[in-house]
Amino acid sequence: MAEAAPTAPGGLQAADDELTIYERSRPGRRAFVAPALDVPERPLDELLPPGLRRAEAPRLPEVAEPEIVRHYNRLSKRNFDLDTGFYPLGSCTMKHNPKLHERVAALPGHAKLHPLQDPSRAQGALELMWRLQEALAEISGLPHVSLQPSAGSQGELAGVLLTRAFHEDRGERRSKVLAPETAHGTNPATVTMAGYEVVKVGTDERGNVDLDDLRAKATDDVACLMLTNPSTLGLFETGIEEIERIVHGVGATLYYDGANLNAIMGVCRPGDMGFDIVHFNLHKSFTQPHGGGGPGAGPIAVSERIEPFLPRPQVVRRPGPPGDGADAAGNGSGRRPSGDGSGPYYDLDFDRPKSIGRLRGFQGNYGVFVRAYAYIRSLGAAGLRDASEVAVLNANYLLARLRHEGVLEYLPAAVERPCMHEFVLSGAPMKHELEIKTLDLAKRLLDHGVHPPTVYFPLIVEEALLVEPTETETKETLDRFAKIVAEILREAREDPEVARSAPHATPVRRLDETAAARHPVVRQPM
Amino acid sequence: MSTYTSATDSDRRQMLATIGVDSIEELFAEIPERLRLARPLAIDPGHSEQEVFEELRALAAGNVSTDDELSFLGAGMYDHYVPALVESIILRSEFLTPYTPYQPEISQGGLQSMFEYQTAISELTGLPVSNASLYEGPSAVAAAGYVAKNENRRRRFVVSRGVHPQSRETLATMAHAWGMEIVEAGLTDGTTELPALDDQVSAVIVQQPNYLGAVEDIAAHAAAAHGAGALTICACDPLPLALLKTPGECGADIAVGEGQSLGNRLDFGGPSFGFFAATEALIRRVPGRIAGETKDVDGKRGFVLTLQTREQHIRRDKATSNICTAQALNALAGVIYLSWLGRRGIVELAELLVQRTAYARDRLRAVEGVALAHEQPVVREFALQLDAPVRRVIARCRAYGVNPGNPLERDYPELGDGLLVAITERRGKADIDRLAEVLGAAVSAEREAYAEATRG
Amino acid sequence: MPDASYPDDLLYHPEHDWARVEGDQATFGITWYAQDQLGEVVFFDPPKVGAQVHQHEPYTEVESVKAVSDVFAPMSGEIVAVNDSLADKPELINDDPYGEGWLARVRLADPSEAQSLMDAAAYEATLE
Repeated sequence: MAEAAPTAPGGLQAADDELTIYERSRPGRRAFVAPALDVPERPLDELLPPGLRRAEAPRLPEVAEPEIVRHYNRLSKRNFDLDTGFYPLGSCTMKHNPKLHERVAALPGHAKLHPLQDPSRAQGALELMWRLQEALAEISGLPHVSLQPSAGSQGELAGVLLTRAFHEDRGERRSKVLAPETAHGTNPATVTMAGYEVVKVGTDERGNVDLDDLRAKATDDVACLMLTNPSTLGLFETGIEEIERIVHGVGATLYYDGANLNAIMGVCRPGDMGFDIVHFNLHKSFTQPHGGGGPGAGPIAVSERIEPFLPRPQVVRRPGPPGDGADAAGNGSGRRPSGDGSGPYYDLDFDRPKSIGRLRGFQGNYGVFVRAYAYIRSLGAAGLRDASEVAVLNANYLLARLRHEGVLEYLPAAVERPCMHEFVLSGAPMKHELEIKTLDLAKRLLDHGVHPPTVYFPLIVEEALLVEPTETETKETLDRFAKIVAEILREAREDPEVARSAPHATPVRRLDETAAARHPVVRQPM
Repeated sequence: MSTYTSATDSDRRQMLATIGVDSIEELFAEIPERLRLARPLAIDPGHSEQEVFEELRALAAGNVSTDDELSFLGAGMYDHYVPALVESIILRSEFLTPYTPYQPEISQGGLQSMFEYQTAISELTGLPVSNASLYEGPSAVAAAGYVAKNENRRRRFVVSRGVHPQSRETLATMAHAWGMEIVEAGLTDGTTELPALDDQVSAVIVQQPNYLGAVEDIAAHAAAAHGAGALTICACDPLPLALLKTPGECGADIAVGEGQSLGNRLDFGGPSFGFFAATEALIRRVPGRIAGETKDVDGKRGFVLTLQTREQHIRRDKATSNICTAQALNALAGVIYLSWLGRRGIVELAELLVQRTAYARDRLRAVEGVALAHEQPVVREFALQLDAPVRRVIARCRAYGVNPGNPLERDYPELGDGLLVAITERRGKADIDRLAEVLGAAVSAEREAYAEATRG
Repeated sequence: MPDASYPDDLLYHPEHDWARVEGDQATFGITWYAQDQLGEVVFFDPPKVGAQVHQHEPYTEVESVKAVSDVFAPMSGEIVAVNDSLADKPELINDDPYGEGWLARVRLADPSEAQSLMDAAAYEATLE
């Protein structure tokens, strides 16, 4: 293993803080102690002929435990995180991650359960999944739920594949899926992966889907319209009823991207708006921690007519266990009665002839279901509704505070309408008058210990800044954020260069993404 | 006030006044009355933390975990020992709670650990380019199929019957959407026999070791694929790669697999992570996030998400994948675990698995009514054929607190009553001896019962 | 190239591409405006020699860190050469968009298509 070999482009020496785990390695150091070999040893060459074996062992780090712990602890301190500060990332719903959830997810009955355990011996898990399904069905207003998809994108994929199956079942082949130009990038990417062509629908001056454009493009070759409501502009699609009529009028399905569900829980339901398929992001409204980029989960809820095509297997509740003697035999662990015939039996149903099949292995991200279920049980009906109400209250309040601080003169709201749980500002006036861009504002916010809002999305707003405070922030935090933004603008009036060269107070400063893309270095050279 | 929020009545009054409305109701005015939910959600009222904890504990008690029985279940997810340092690190707020690192200046912890993870996967697989994770094993196989389809636009996948049935099913779901055909390559003596390949084959997909535990000749499969101008996709189990010839050495274009056995819990099947590694030539087709090294304006080394033009947020309908949120925290657990095992440790662990698996195979083949499904070299898992109905045998074993493995009769009816037995370092000699004893007794009892039932 | 420039000896397409016609062949590239909008170019995906290109249709892509841009053919024809130096030095597109940053050379299918293109002055006027 190389001596502290610097690998920074240009041969610059990395400081100790910045060494990779490989650069900390020294031959012979180790953490792992192998359990003793307690079986008769046979020559390895007999068991695995040399022709099958790799030439050299993988060059993994050689470090002892204290070094590993110190390395990753120091790395962690070069991360900003939600537990530490305000994170108003629009469209991401960065609400608090309750600490109870890690405790319950770690219970061995949940954490050490093998996915192929017989359903009769996983009744707790299957019941939890079934109850979560029921709750999501109620929240969405659509009766049938699959928890299988691994994240929002996979939920979207499921939705479009279900749409395909629905049409094929009726003997139709359609080739297009509609999505607004404001759609999150995962929507068009999903459409292509599902074998369709995406057609963009325009937005009117009020930030709604342009109904005339929709009417023109909604032909009988359109399989589906994918929509987010509230939209990615943070605005309620007031024309949703007409949209539903147009889309269903040509026999297409209506898909709801649940990324913005945090605005409407308990207030209104996508099923009641006429959507056929809904996906949820459990790592957004339902508090699964983001983990720096996952894990999440993207369950879907569908209407009656889409139900037959749901992925396999489905979690179902039966009156009792199957009659097969083999499964009912033996319950040797003394656990809660499962196969004894008294009371409902939770099962995995594979007998689904019209199913689209599998999108992934096993049952989905169960650990995420445990946390989401705990959240729903903690908040209850009134709590979920209140969460959405306060999310909308906080967003409107923050917008009002920004207006009060004079920020909206330079960063006006993209559309003059009451916002829901998030709002979009345009940095175009700021760019022209103060000569700093949305990017510069974001980088300067880092110096103030706040995570910036989402930048440059949605694409139709120039110099976009998408702000979502969520309901778990205090009024004081929102006040402080508005003041910080105002301060940055004041400073820019004096000297725009400070923001343009920001951040100054972070572990690294602006990074050369061009070099990283021109000559990618994606692993440690050895 | 809902749990975890802070807006008191007093706060609300002040906030509403600042906004200039009289009630929160007014903020929802744009939603048509017709669409409002006119009743509370039909969901139970909220509970205290203590009550929720008790309920989750009761549900946990309804599950038979690997703490409650002697388990030999495998098939992609394994009961390995996860060292304590993994959870002490990944539960840190700074790793657990941030979002995807779109602001690299304050995400160096996450980005550097992705870089370190990518390096480790590259070392395991022998391929130079790894991404920062996919969801899990089977969908990673499908993601690799999507890369092949977009790379050469051919019509067909040739997939070994030795590939995990769930991976084959997931690929089939996607292939249908892509209008592509799947042709199965059968198993002979437990390893893949490829049919003749023509110029319509987009990719050959094999697994190492295969689902029945057999070590395959990946180099031969890759040579055949390349001869036909097709890509080779190798789905692999990561720990055996400590010993086996790497997919890269064998000429595979893409290696994917299930990462759960690297520092992650079983969690009833998820969350875990999928790994994806490829040749340099395919770098711009790779799905998912990739962390890259660079420097900042002061010349300091740093890491960024790179080659983002592949991804959905930029490339949209032409992206290499729709993936956005992946499995970053689980991949972090993976690289911590691999660092803990280390260069020597991973070899020692793999050799221990080989020895114990060999011992288990020897003990079990000697059991009356039990035969090996194949004689191929194995690493940590192997298939048996029982002379008795496998599910009834399993039920008898469970009554003795032993879960002998995964029944194969539905996915591999050609094996008759097949059973897949997985060995991890948590299964010692005594456990294996117990398995042999209990399995032997169960098979015996079933044969006895059958003989009785059919007698005169 | 820090300052905007639109050489007089070139013909321009409204999608910000230029053509230098030389007999029955032409060289194509993107204009100063296009590379300025794109930012620092990180990657150019060359079309295949022998491929057909059609006027007004995209024939390749140019990438910056945060964007991908279609490149449109100002005239129709068959590709006879692509600029290989862009593989290692995509920045040539920014530094010298009309010279060393050329993208492709084409044998023209219909030289009269040149009449539908703009001269430098007309193209510059569209940028205002």
